[in-house]
Amino acid sequence: MLTQEDIYRKVSNTLVEALNVDEEEIKPEATLQGDLGAESIDFLDIVFRLEREFGIKIPRGELFPESIFQGDPEMVQNGKVTDKGMAELRAKMPFADLSKFEKSRDLNQISDLFTVELITRYVQGKLANSNGTK
Amino acid sequence: MRWIWIDRFLEFRRGELARTVKQLSLAEDLFAHHFPDYPVMPATLLLEGLAQTGGILVGEVNDFREKVILAKITKARFQREALAGEAVVFETTVQYVRPEGACVAGRVLIDDVLIGEAEITFAHLDQSRSQQVFGDRNFVFSGELKTLLESVRPS
Repeated sequence: MLTQEDIYRKVSNTLVEALNVDEEEIKPEATLQGDLGAESIDFLDIVFRLEREFGIKIPRGELFPESIFQGDPEMVQNGKVTDKGMAELRAKMPFADLSKFEKSRDLNQISDLFTVELITRYVQGKLANSNGTK
Repeated sequence: MRWIWIDRFLEFRRGELARTVKQLSLAEDLFAHHFPDYPVMPATLLLEGLAQTGGILVGEVNDFREKVILAKITKARFQREALAGEAVVFETTVQYVRPEGACVAGRVLIDDVLIGEAEITFAHLDQSRSQQVFGDRNFVFSGELKTLLESVRPS
């Protein structure tokens, strides 16, 4: 069974390959888009590489949801995520640490949720659910 | 200049592998400039040949309903140049095809010797948006590219 450290190391290697970044740039708190320069097509590449590396299946939209709030005014008002929106976010991304985001609820900061740590936590959850043996 | 960088399919295995060939003739316009007295195929056009081969391979999986767009070349490496007079073979192997896009591993060979490799990711252009912008017509897979494929695909 892989330890959290093993998973983090493999996730880091995956991101180095997919995003062509230096290993030193990969830190747990590094954001995929802001710090590592990922673009939307890179998410597809990352999903493929994670599946291959860990032997898991990642359904479309599970790791990188495409539209969480779907323009629903009950979920976002004046650029801020409402209580209903936060509940939706928790439901769609149970693996995300929302404690920091909870304070600002700024819609523009949603992309900052996607960090190296988030991916590591997601993979850890997937492996635990499938009794990961790889 | 016609933007087609493969002459013929050599092999096509649905959803798996495609091999094409491009004969580099000294008569082609590009060699007049690239370079005078040293006719070498630009590596970017070798990548285009790979992308056309791989694009048809993954497009055919969905019977060309998706608009398959070259989105990303994760890595590309060339060991030597391809010169006028040589026959270049493009070989692409499907890594995955998903609803959002696809990826192929590509190899470029001359006389069965590997001269270059690349990994190419394709996006499926968002269907609702592409219909708004481009209409129903699939502008990616039209005319010559599909005709070429018909020569190897079982009817």
